[in-house]
Formats: sequence, structure tokens, C-alpha cells
Amino acid sequence: MKVVVCVKQIPDPADPGEIDPSTKTLKRDVKLILDESDSYGVEMALQLVDGDGEVVLVSMAPNNEVLAMGADSAILVSDEALAGSDALGTAKVLAAAIKRAEPDLVLAATESSDGYTGTVPEQVAELLGMPSVTFAKEVAVADGTVAVKRQTEAGYDDVTCPLPCLVSVTAGVVEPRYPSFKGIMAAKSKPVDEVGIADLGIDAGAVGWAGGGQEIVAIEPAPAREAGEIVEDEGDAYERIVSFLEELKVI
Amino acid sequence: MRESDEQAAFRLMVRSFVEREVNPYVEAWEAAEMMPLHEIFTKMAGLGMLGLEYEPEFGGQGADHTFTVILAEEFGRCANGSLPMALGVQVDMATPSLARFGTPEQKAQFLKPAMEGSMVASIAVSEPDAGSDVAAIRTKAVRDGDEWVINGSKMWITNSVQGDWLCLLARTSDEGGYSGMSQIIVPTSAPGFSVSKKLDKLGMRASDTALLSFDDCRVPVANTIGQIGKGFQQQMAQFVVERMWAAYTTVGACEVALEKTAAFLRERHVFGEPLLAKQHVQFTLAELAAEVDLLRTYNWAIAEAYNRGEDTTRQATIAKLKAGRLSREVADRCLQFHGGMGYVEETWTARFFRDNRLTSIGGGADEVMLQVLAKMDGYVA
Repeated sequence: MKVVVCVKQIPDPADPGEIDPSTKTLKRDVKLILDESDSYGVEMALQLVDGDGEVVLVSMAPNNEVLAMGADSAILVSDEALAGSDALGTAKVLAAAIKRAEPDLVLAATESSDGYTGTVPEQVAELLGMPSVTFAKEVAVADGTVAVKRQTEAGYDDVTCPLPCLVSVTAGVVEPRYPSFKGIMAAKSKPVDEVGIADLGIDAGAVGWAGGGQEIVAIEPAPAREAGEIVEDEGDAYERIVSFLEELKVI
Repeated sequence: MRESDEQAAFRLMVRSFVEREVNPYVEAWEAAEMMPLHEIFTKMAGLGMLGLEYEPEFGGQGADHTFTVILAEEFGRCANGSLPMALGVQVDMATPSLARFGTPEQKAQFLKPAMEGSMVASIAVSEPDAGSDVAAIRTKAVRDGDEWVINGSKMWITNSVQGDWLCLLARTSDEGGYSGMSQIIVPTSAPGFSVSKKLDKLGMRASDTALLSFDDCRVPVANTIGQIGKGFQQQMAQFVVERMWAAYTTVGACEVALEKTAAFLRERHVFGEPLLAKQHVQFTLAELAAEVDLLRTYNWAIAEAYNRGEDTTRQATIAKLKAGRLSREVADRCLQFHGGMGYVEETWTARFFRDNRLTSIGGGADEVMLQVLAKMDGYVA
């Protein structure tokens, strides 16, 4: 079985980046790390394959960490024309790259931890003409079918779907492995298929700033946190807290 | 000393291991005054963190020494000093002689399981009456056929309550002084071996450090590491990497202490402004951070010399001396800047203060480092 897993490099959330006022997007000339939300898909891919098959990572930035964790190879799309790509532009590139690998299964996170659009996986599936299943907490493959426990607000749905398909994996559902010393040392010698958008048959006008179908018109700082309400317990505090939570519709 | 991609990736892996697999458990280990070393080492071995420089055949990774520096620096960031010390004993104090001078049989029996985490190792040199003065040790091994019969006691032995074997330094002849000592592997299951007392220490409280007794303790002569009678010389080489480990971990420990202190002082407001706005505080932290940086750079120079196969005794001694003094200074200043909060157990500073006090004593006291340096540099009359 061949599993493609999509991963993204993002600015380290522990060292928050800045917004570039000219582009109104996050500055990416800082140290980039593997988006943690992608690490769950990677782990799931490695568990599904378990030595009997191949895990191929597809990314738009170099990523040795996933290769060190155990992925077998990578398709790296690198092209200056990609700067400024929106969700759909990204999806077009990823879909074209994934096609090269001819996978049985594609795994992705449900959303990235920098852009948070949460739309790329489904757009990729649509462009590839594949069915997609979202918010997986468990994935099993047998006889050309994938069985997914799909998280819902109330619990989970059992969903089956024919392969090839795309599954987005909920963060936190598996424990991502650490790359081992041996894995780290082996990462550099693993095959990386480095391609530009021309290799993928994509027109430069369809991606990046040029191909953007959406525009960020303004950015502003998040409002400062307002002072909370202090509830003094005079015997009825729990009632007031419960009604507050009900107002928020969280219970 | 720009790190390679592999070194950076290894550092990142070790750092997240410490943050996720170690630090959340430190409070419980401190309370229990014990750490589950077999479990921790087995986990680490699975990721290739043990035996970095040893042969792959015996559980090693075949890496160069710079990876040991990274491992030590990152474990220095642990929320206690006990674990980096226990790890140092396992990988850099109890096992280098065995890896260098041991027979394939010895390595298969003792080194491989230690590097896989199923055996915990200790280094047994100091005695109640002979610590830094190694030539004064009295524990004696007398040959009886194919066995050594060992009598004596060893003091301050890290990992030894839960340990599976010791790298013991004992007198094997009556020559006295620096001659006639041998390094012998003593399984803690050997008849005549016992733990007399687990020591109640000021710091390093999660570390099982003990006084050990050898009462007609019998082990095979085949357990002798290297040459009979050359134990002191072999141990001196082993001490060099021990000092280097102490210097490497100190960098990580001080670095995280300064980071935490700065974060606290940024939030702590006094007289209407953050304490970190005070020039005295800024200058103190900046100077300490600069000293830590100097030690780090010096350490990496030692590591590179060591990789080239040079004798690093002098540099290791300098680094160990500096590490002991600098960590005391950092611990004291960080505690001071926390005020009353620095003096309570719920703040990290209390443990840091007492754990790091050991660096100036263990593995050869500051005064012994100075004695070695005075002699090497010709400041003697």
C-alpha cells in the first residue's frame, strides 16, 4: 500500500511570527517547523503501512523530520511562483504532486496551525476526483476499502469508503513517534523528488499571488482580553457558572 | 559550531523527549527519591540516545562525540539534576572503559544490555576515606583461582540501589599509590555484595546514591576490564569524559535557569515596573548568559579536540571547574531574583540551587581540578 501524507512547515508557534503588513500574511522567513497537526497523519500513515508498503510525504517546504520519523520518500514542490498561494492554489499544487505518487490513500491534517482555513484537504480530494472522509480518529484499510471512525460532536460515525481516497486526521488521535537517531541519520539519503510547478503542469498564473481567488483586505490586532467576571461564592456560585456556560452554549 | 541538519534534528528530538517524557514525571520521582531508570533508559535506547559513540554491535550508535554534547546539553534542561547525572553515569562514566578495553564477551554481557536500557550501570571508585584522592582507595580484590574475592566499601555510588552492575576500581596488588589497581565489573547479584545505606543528600534527591559493601564478594577474574594492574590509568581516562559530561549538562541547566528567571522577572512587577526593567537585573543576567555562552563554546572546542583523538584532560578539567562555579553563581542569582518565591519548594529554584551545588564536589572537587591544573600548567614549587 502506498500512503501519501501531506505536511506543512510553519513558523514555530512557541516563537510567534509577525504579519507582514505589505502582504498581510505571516512572515515565513523565520525558522519553520513541522506543523504539529500534521504529525498525527504522519504517525497514522506509518502505523497503517507498518513496513509493508510505502509512505510518501508531499510538501511545499523541505521536511527532514518526517523522513526521520520513517517516511520513505518525499515529493517537494518548490517554486517562487508559489508565494502567496491561497487555500485553493495550495490544493491545486498538492493535488498535482499527489497524482505523481499514485497513492492508495492520502492523509492530511484537518487544518493547518497557521492558516486554519481547514479547506485544503477537501479541495485536494475534489481536484483528484477522490472521495474524502474528514475528522478521522481511527483509520483501517482492508480489501480496497478504508474504514474510518469519524469524530462528531456526539461521538463518532463509522464510515467506509473505497480506495483511493483522502482522509483528514484529527489532531491528538495518535501519539506521534519521535524520530530516532538512526532515522535522523538516514533522512538525508532518502529520495526527494523536487519539482517546480511546470513539472506539475501548473500555470504560474493559477497559483501564488497571481492566482489568488481571495484577497486579505485588512488585518488588525486581536482585541485585548477584557477583564473577566469574578463570581463570589455565596452558596449559589455554581448556578451562576452553569447559566454562564449555558449562555455560551458550551453545555 | 554551526550545527548540521542531523545535529539540529537530534537536539530537537532530545528536547521534546525531555519536555514530554521526562519533565512531567520529575515531581513524582523527587517525592519518591527514586527514578525508574530501567524504564527511562529503555525508552531512550529505542530512540538511539544511549551509547551514541559505542559500536553498533554492542548497542551503540556509531556517532561522533558532538552528539554526546547535544544529548548532555539537552538533558541538562531536565527539571532536576538527578536524571542528567544518572544518564551521565550510564553512558559516560561507568561504560567508557568497558567500551574501550572490554572483551567482546564482556561487552555482549554488560555493555549491550546497558545501552539497550535493560541494565543500569554504576561507577564505583570513591570510598568513605578516599574520594577525590583516588590513590587512597583501599577496597581490595584478592585472586582465588578464577575469581576475585573483594572486600571493602564504596561511597557516593550513583544509580547503585537499582543498578545491575558496577565498574569497580579495586586494589589487586599491594603496590600502593597509583599502581596495582584494576577495573572489575561487579554484578550487583554477586554473592557478598550489598547496599549498606541509601544516602540522604542535600540535593539530587531523586538519584539513588548509596554506600556499598563488599564482604568476600566473588566475581570471575574474566570480569576484569582491560589490563590487571592498569585500573587507575584506565579510570583516569574515564574521569576525563565524566568531567566533560558535567560541563556539557551545566550549559543546558544554566541556560534554562536564565530563561525561566527572565520570564519570571518580565511578569513580576515591583515599584510599578517589571523587575526585568532594572538595569542591575539586566546586567547580571546578561553577564551570566555570556559566561554560559563562553562555557558552551569551550565545551564544543573540547568535543572537537576529543573527536580528533587528542588528550582533553586539561580542557575537561578547566571546563568542569568552570561549570561547578558558574552553576553555583547562576543558581544563587536566579534564586535571589525570585525573592521569597525563590526559597520555596514550589518554585524550581530551590531544587536547582541544591542539585547544582554538587557540580563543584562530584567527579572531583573544584580543589582537585585546581590541583590538576596547577600541576599541568607548572604552577608548583
